[in-house]
Amino acid sequence: MSPREPSIPASWELVVGLEVHVELATATKLFCGCANRFGDEPNTNVCPVCLGLPGSLPVVNARAVELAVRLGRALGCGVETSAFARKNYFYPDMPKNYQITQYDRPTNSDGRLELPDGSVVGIERAHIEEDTGKTTHMGSGGRIHDAVYSLVDYNRAGVPLVEIVTRPDIRTVEQARACAGELRAVMTAIGASDARMEEGSMRVDANVSVRPAGSGELRTRCEVKNLNSLRSLGRAVAYEARRHVGLWEAGERPRQETRHWDESGGRTISGRSKEEVEDYRYFTDPDLVPLTVDGAAVAEVDAALPELPAARRAGLAAAGVAAEAAALVVERGQDGLVLAAVAAGADPGLTVTRVVNDLALDDWSQVTPEGLAALAGMERAGKLSATQSKQVLAEMAATGGDPAAVAQRLGFKAMAEADLEAAVDEVIAAHPGEWARFCAGEGDDRKKMAGFLTGRVMRATRGRADGAAVNRLLTNRAIRP
Amino acid sequence: MAGLARLRFTDDELDELTGQLAAVLGHAADVEALDIADLVARVHPMGLGDVTRPDEVRPSLDRDQVLAQAPVAESGRFRVPPVLGEAP
Ligand SMILES: [Zn+2]
Repeated sequence: MSPREPSIPASWELVVGLEVHVELATATKLFCGCANRFGDEPNTNVCPVCLGLPGSLPVVNARAVELAVRLGRALGCGVETSAFARKNYFYPDMPKNYQITQYDRPTNSDGRLELPDGSVVGIERAHIEEDTGKTTHMGSGGRIHDAVYSLVDYNRAGVPLVEIVTRPDIRTVEQARACAGELRAVMTAIGASDARMEEGSMRVDANVSVRPAGSGELRTRCEVKNLNSLRSLGRAVAYEARRHVGLWEAGERPRQETRHWDESGGRTISGRSKEEVEDYRYFTDPDLVPLTVDGAAVAEVDAALPELPAARRAGLAAAGVAAEAAALVVERGQDGLVLAAVAAGADPGLTVTRVVNDLALDDWSQVTPEGLAALAGMERAGKLSATQSKQVLAEMAATGGDPAAVAQRLGFKAMAEADLEAAVDEVIAAHPGEWARFCAGEGDDRKKMAGFLTGRVMRATRGRADGAAVNRLLTNRAIRP
Repeated sequence: MAGLARLRFTDDELDELTGQLAAVLGHAADVEALDIADLVARVHPMGLGDVTRPDEVRPSLDRDQVLAQAPVAESGRFRVPPVLGEAP
């Protein structure tokens, strides 16, 4: 969980749209046969096409188009005949002095994305373009402004990207994070991209503005870049929103500009001004012909789409799993296991608690739905404490096997009621102050003391005690000392 | 223009290129003079569509050969003057 960010005053409303670039999981680049691979030696995956050498001609990668259409359909977009344009600019990250992108004819437009909380963010477009090379600024600070010179690696130049542009429908920091997280989940579910923010295969920019709550107007926005994690996205949006509110309330106004998120400083820093609109002199790339995707091809893509995260969450909810847990289970790809365990008779809540609490387990392949259901059954019947149940599950994941057999091998038996009572009484005797506060306390203090005393019992019994049973005993003792 | 594009030419080459450039500009002027009020805009001059290639890796160039074309290279990368401003 991210730390809580101070929110903006209730009289203001946040307005955010995201621009998300994802690298497509192809074997080769968008317009040439060079390998699309992260982490290779610099400039080893380059050829005349991606270096922009005279006389070379680009040819579109069919797989990239297929993945882009799959992505568009997963976002509910309409797929239209598209064309490639040249975006002209002078910057050494593109050796051609232009980037090939889709301008007025994107492949995908007008879609929607449903977030785990049920809200919907509109998708304006999802167009295909080529990635740029990687420049490293050499100099005192490694930053642009004090660079003495720059080094360029063109391995990434020409890697296929889809840029997803959402509508400015996002109203909270949490929703901004959830939107990027959901896009990542969709990308990986359909195999379009590995969508790793830390490796740059998914890059998120946020357009942030604020307005008086309920006003419906769109005020000056700033584009925040350099967001390398969902956590950074949340922090940057919160910071930028507060900055805007501060400016408006002081009678000033934000400048329309690009800003960079400074992770260590926890702030955004002014970058390029957007007051003059850049003129990229877009025009149709004469070397590339239009892409048509007919209805039959779209139907084929639709038929091959796997069940998407939103539908999978709905499936878990229908099986009785709480919404928040369902989101986590789907994110981790454990929904098939949980559904099968529930079908095998397991209690949904308990099963999900086990699965969600043990997300740290790397390999779940040995855990069968029947085994998981049996484990949940043993825990529910009080034959295993929660702590023991977790250990049994870890062992099941490591070596396979039936939970009853594993529990026996580990020497786990539920504590006899008499032993548990003795342990509870010992703890009560050893901590009279806390016990008195538990008996007299109300609400939070009583809960705090219950946690303390239960913890002591757990420690004394080395986790063999069942937390719920301890709690029940403590309550009984408090009523009838 | 050669200066802007960081290209170096001899005077003879410049004379030849200047002539060629004049022809290109002349052609552009001819096109501009046409009356196109009745023409419908189209995406691409050729009637072609959907030219694609399979997603198969082809050999890339040898890096030494590539970097030999660069004015300066360092650590396997192209070395360029410090860039003013940011990438678009
Ligand atoms: Zn290439």
